[in-house]
Amino acid sequence: MSSVPASAFLALALILFCIGLYGALTKRNTVIILISIELMLNAANINLVTFSKYGITPSITGQIFALFAITVAAAEAAVGLAILIALYRNRKTVNIDEMDTMKN
Amino acid sequence: MTISGEFIAFMGLALVAIIGGVLLLNLTKVVHMVVALIFTFVSIAGIYVMLSAEFVAAVQILIYSGAITIIMLFGIMLTKHDDKGETTTGKWRKVLLFLGVVGFALAVYIGIYDFNVTQVPTDLHVENTMKIGEALYSKWVIPFELTSVLLLVALVGSIVLAKKEDKEADKE
Repeated sequence: MSSVPASAFLALALILFCIGLYGALTKRNTVIILISIELMLNAANINLVTFSKYGITPSITGQIFALFAITVAAAEAAVGLAILIALYRNRKTVNIDEMDTMKN
Repeated sequence: MTISGEFIAFMGLALVAIIGGVLLLNLTKVVHMVVALIFTFVSIAGIYVMLSAEFVAAVQILIYSGAITIIMLFGIMLTKHDDKGETTTGKWRKVLLFLGVVGFALAVYIGIYDFNVTQVPTDLHVENTMKIGEALYSKWVIPFELTSVLLLVALVGSIVLAKKEDKEADKE
């Protein structure tokens, strides 16, 4: 069988998820935050595909689920970017810490 | 663990993916960050090929390295992107966040490092695309159709959100 254990794939997905999480929480530009969220979704997809091959009952369902996740992530990116463009037109900023209208 | 071609391929792909992610965190220009992430997306596609998911790998390259990267670059170009102003988040906050993320990583790693299910031989790589098509159009046909509705709603919604207001368009 394969010489790469399943836990190696899971560890890679964990590292990518943590990079995405840290980026989403610390970056200032909203586009970078959106793309960090995409990275986190990608890490989840790696897990789905890994379990579809190395799980207890391997089946194609994990890959189907990864495809659905990719579709929803693409739709989310488009809507998020549209919101960002609309916000930029009104506030002339893309920095997440200046979008605090509801704070006061 | 023996050193085999598969192992070397995995290590190379994982290294490129992680380097892309680290560059995302450390580069200063926004465009460079997005370009660094293309490396990550392409090597994740390679990881999918290793996991006998060829169709998902092709979709990954088309959607992520193609569409999402380009749409994000458009988003950067259409907005103000030369702003390298100092972040207002304090240094202590970043340190705390880093410690929190590392703690999360350790907690999950304890759960997965000895994950070992007896591997069952699979034939997922044989006619992968045909299997996905058969499963999509038989067992998962209702979620598939719902996805088309979701994509339509996202398309209409993002156009309505991003287009100029009528009054604003009249002025120009």
